[in-house]
Amino acid sequence: MNWTTMLQLALRALLRNKTRAMLTTLGVVIGVGSVIAMLGIGSGAQQRIAEQLASMGTNNLVIRPGSASYGGVRTGAGTTTRLTRADADLIAELVDVVAVAPIVNTEAQVRYRGTNWGTDIAGVSPDYGTVRSWPLAEGEFITRRHVQAASHVCVLGQTVARELFGLRSPLDESIIIKGLSCQVIGVLTEKGANAWGNDQDDVILIPITTVQRKLEGITHVHRIELSASDRAASFRLYKEIKQLLRQRHRLQEDQPDDFRMYNRAELAQTSEESARVFTWLLGSIASVSLLVGGIGIMNIMLVSVTERTREIGIRMALGARQRDILWQFLLEALVLSTAGGMLGVFLGLGGALAVARFSALPVTVTPVSVLVAFVFAGLVGVFFGLHPARKASQLRPIEALRYE
Amino acid sequence: MTPLLQIRDLHKAYVLDGVTIQALRGINLDVEPGEFVAIMGPSGSGKSTLMHILGCLDVPDAGSYQLNGRDITRMDSNQLAALRNHEIGFVFQNFNLLPRTSALENVETPLIYAGIGKSERRQQARAALERMGLGDRLDHLPNQLSGGQAQRVAIARALVTRPSLLLADEPTGNVDTATSTEIMALLDALNQQENLTIVLITHEREVAEHAQRQLLLRDGQLEARA
Repeated sequence: MNWTTMLQLALRALLRNKTRAMLTTLGVVIGVGSVIAMLGIGSGAQQRIAEQLASMGTNNLVIRPGSASYGGVRTGAGTTTRLTRADADLIAELVDVVAVAPIVNTEAQVRYRGTNWGTDIAGVSPDYGTVRSWPLAEGEFITRRHVQAASHVCVLGQTVARELFGLRSPLDESIIIKGLSCQVIGVLTEKGANAWGNDQDDVILIPITTVQRKLEGITHVHRIELSASDRAASFRLYKEIKQLLRQRHRLQEDQPDDFRMYNRAELAQTSEESARVFTWLLGSIASVSLLVGGIGIMNIMLVSVTERTREIGIRMALGARQRDILWQFLLEALVLSTAGGMLGVFLGLGGALAVARFSALPVTVTPVSVLVAFVFAGLVGVFFGLHPARKASQLRPIEALRYE
Repeated sequence: MTPLLQIRDLHKAYVLDGVTIQALRGINLDVEPGEFVAIMGPSGSGKSTLMHILGCLDVPDAGSYQLNGRDITRMDSNQLAALRNHEIGFVFQNFNLLPRTSALENVETPLIYAGIGKSERRQQARAALERMGLGDRLDHLPNQLSGGQAQRVAIARALVTRPSLLLADEPTGNVDTATSTEIMALLDALNQQENLTIVLITHEREVAEHAQRQLLLRDGQLEARA
């Protein structure tokens, strides 16, 4: 007996009980739909996290001065003054270091003609833009020469540019920072808030030496950020730099580090991992509903086999083999589950679109997730259809014929 | 002439409510091709059990049964299904048409299991129904047919695979007298004009008298009726 005939038999049997078929399918529709929508929401979240991490610089290491210990008195983190630009220069020579940015922070009330604005000042080196993956919107960045000469130049973040200059271009204008007149040579692109909600664009960058010598009168740096060529390198560099700094700072074996180092890659890994777990969690919750849909199919198929016992007996008397009966019922279950799968794909896509539209959540439905959900629905049909179909095929002809 | 159907010392017992019933105790039966045999017997005499074995729906506990020279006691369920499909046509008391399935589709069903293609199937089923005078009832559902029409659809379905044996189990049990006469005339015609072998099971004497040979099943054994 050929497949088209069998499929026709299955379809005809299902169409005889349309309401029942639709309700049975509904379970699978909802199951597949929710799997697709949930996976979409999950991978959307994953993508957003990946984007945020990329904007932070995923393979970055951050080094800050540690706590100092003066005869038993331990001051807080960041209180030592032992991290210097020389440290940064040495780190820059290590293999797989893409860029190194020593940074000195301060705050200032800056003035431009009649207006003023309180903001963060960061003393930076030319590599800062690379380390932070932060391109310029206009003008140029602080150069090596500016650093050597401790030039009176600055690069503005978008917020500062807007507050002081409104819509006009700030290029070549001079602003007053703590009594120092600095020429604006560039404006950064907008970066938005960081993961902790701080406005990253509310900043002025000036040469690191200018801050050290002319504003603060210090020789140490507040932090060194560096980017490694890849994630594996960042983990290796973490160890190497630790070793290097301990040697340079002449620390004895039993002395603690006088610096702290953070690996952003670690954070990235954790976030990505949790996003993946989140996706799996959503997906598996949704799969439960698909499973329940499958049980619905089995339930209806069992009822159907009982109701149609006599029909099965007649078919056997007319020459149906056991496997003909098995396939007839299995195909019915498969038709139910795959039809549910198809409708569920549409429901899932619709649901994902609705979520994307009415919430701020990004939603990414991948073809793979659609395929997986659909195939899963088919498997549910086979798995839950097999038992009723076997039951039907193993009925004894005379008993099936006698069944009232 | 070799008999179409040859049964020797056939035994069958079944268990009903924990009690073993010896339904058939040594049946011997030969049916020649083209014969019309009626088997009678009171209810509970084992008529149905014999019918099921003759129809290859069940297998005997002991004894031999050869159909067209083939020993059915050695067959597996697939071979029995094929035999039911090709060699045997069933007509039941309660018609046993597939519910909510048109007359044409009912008659097509055995051809589906015979593996015959759709257009060929359609054509043969239509021809079989037309021979039964039901050319205008092809798309009717079983519940839209009279008892006589339903039984004629069942006969068309039984004969569509051109079997060598027609088994009729109380074919007139559920119809009125006029229809009964009509159905028996049809069976007579099939037997006489087309040389169809028929084994009929009934408890009605008038029905049994259409057959050339009448047998009585009593206490699990067959005896000729004078």
